[in-house]
Amino acid sequence: MSFLIDYTLHLADSNLILAQRNAEWCGHGPILEQDIAITNISLDLLGQSRNFYQYAATLMGNGATEDSLAYLRTERAFKNCLLAEQPNGDWGQTVLRQFLYSAFQQLLYRQLQNNKDEQLAAIAAKAIKEIAYHVRWSSEWVIRLGDGTGESHKRMLHAIDELWRYTGELFIPADYETSMEVNVTALKDKWMQIVTSVFEEATLPIPEKTFMQTGGKEGRHTEHLGYILTELQYLQRAYPGAQW
Amino acid sequence: MVIEPTISKQNILKILSRVTDPEIPVLSIIDLGIVRDVIINNDEVEVIITPTYSGCPAMDMIAMNIRLALIENGFSKIKITTVLAPAWTTDWMSDDGKRKLKEYGIAAPDKKFEIAADGVECPLCHSTNTKLISEFGSTACKALYQCNNCSEPFDYFKCH
Repeated sequence: MSFLIDYTLHLADSNLILAQRNAEWCGHGPILEQDIAITNISLDLLGQSRNFYQYAATLMGNGATEDSLAYLRTERAFKNCLLAEQPNGDWGQTVLRQFLYSAFQQLLYRQLQNNKDEQLAAIAAKAIKEIAYHVRWSSEWVIRLGDGTGESHKRMLHAIDELWRYTGELFIPADYETSMEVNVTALKDKWMQIVTSVFEEATLPIPEKTFMQTGGKEGRHTEHLGYILTELQYLQRAYPGAQW
Repeated sequence: MVIEPTISKQNILKILSRVTDPEIPVLSIIDLGIVRDVIINNDEVEVIITPTYSGCPAMDMIAMNIRLALIENGFSKIKITTVLAPAWTTDWMSDDGKRKLKEYGIAAPDKKFEIAADGVECPLCHSTNTKLISEFGSTACKALYQCNNCSEPFDYFKCH
């Protein structure tokens, strides 16, 4: 049971944190249509994370709610992948982060929709339809900027440099993933194929084997998560139980 | 005089057909295929609904409006259950719903445009000389288009 709760929280946390990051663009997108696109993606991720939190809260009982799980846990309790919490940087870094994440999420949820846990399977099956849009949108942007101007290409190289080291963790299972019969290691080759084909079209190189930072799934985060939670949880910390 | 409400599935569905989507007020939740079932258990009414998109902010309001509509019609024991599987699809949208959507100025979901692309029929001048502006629009369920013929921008309710 505790593995199921941990795994559900891991899925919820990754989506919530990336949703929060994307929402930072609200009102700041490069043009109106893309501002709307990135915040729509944020909303999809938030909706999916709510489904997971609601399920986790039911499993936990003892008065847990989706709100208490999102607003009242600290960094060490969050199990999101490190990729999700990385800063937005410029637009190139944001779209690359989305692409690396969505390509992985699509493969993972295809597997998850057959999980023996029916509720996780149902949440995944629903989300898959939404993720297809995220993959398409973000890969188009990676190609547009990678194969764009000298400046945009340079920025994409920088974005790869910033983010690549957080992708290794996605394919190294945490204990709770192994116990849930989720095989993330098996997704790596397919993910690499998808990323390689988009990078090729974008005239971007796949980095050489490099150091991979891990720990997010077990609650050991980069320095960024604390700042995200400070903003995300401010209202409930300052005015406990506030409702509107 | 208190009129006891008639508890029949048909009666409940009639009430629910007057509950509309807050974002697209011409569509009822029946037109949208959000209501999956109504179960009557003695004097309790259970309405089973399914969300359109995981993050659709209208869902909480829709659940509240269902409750209010049933209370207004004299029901007191109301249960609203959300189910996720099978996942909602625009295939469940009624033909009547698609017609109302078009009349309202939103292009209806079209199997030919399962992935949004140029050419969705303009709901205003009916030209198919149209271009996709963005797969993401004013709500999660819509894409943004512009008609090359009459120049009007319009929304397309995405196939999902």
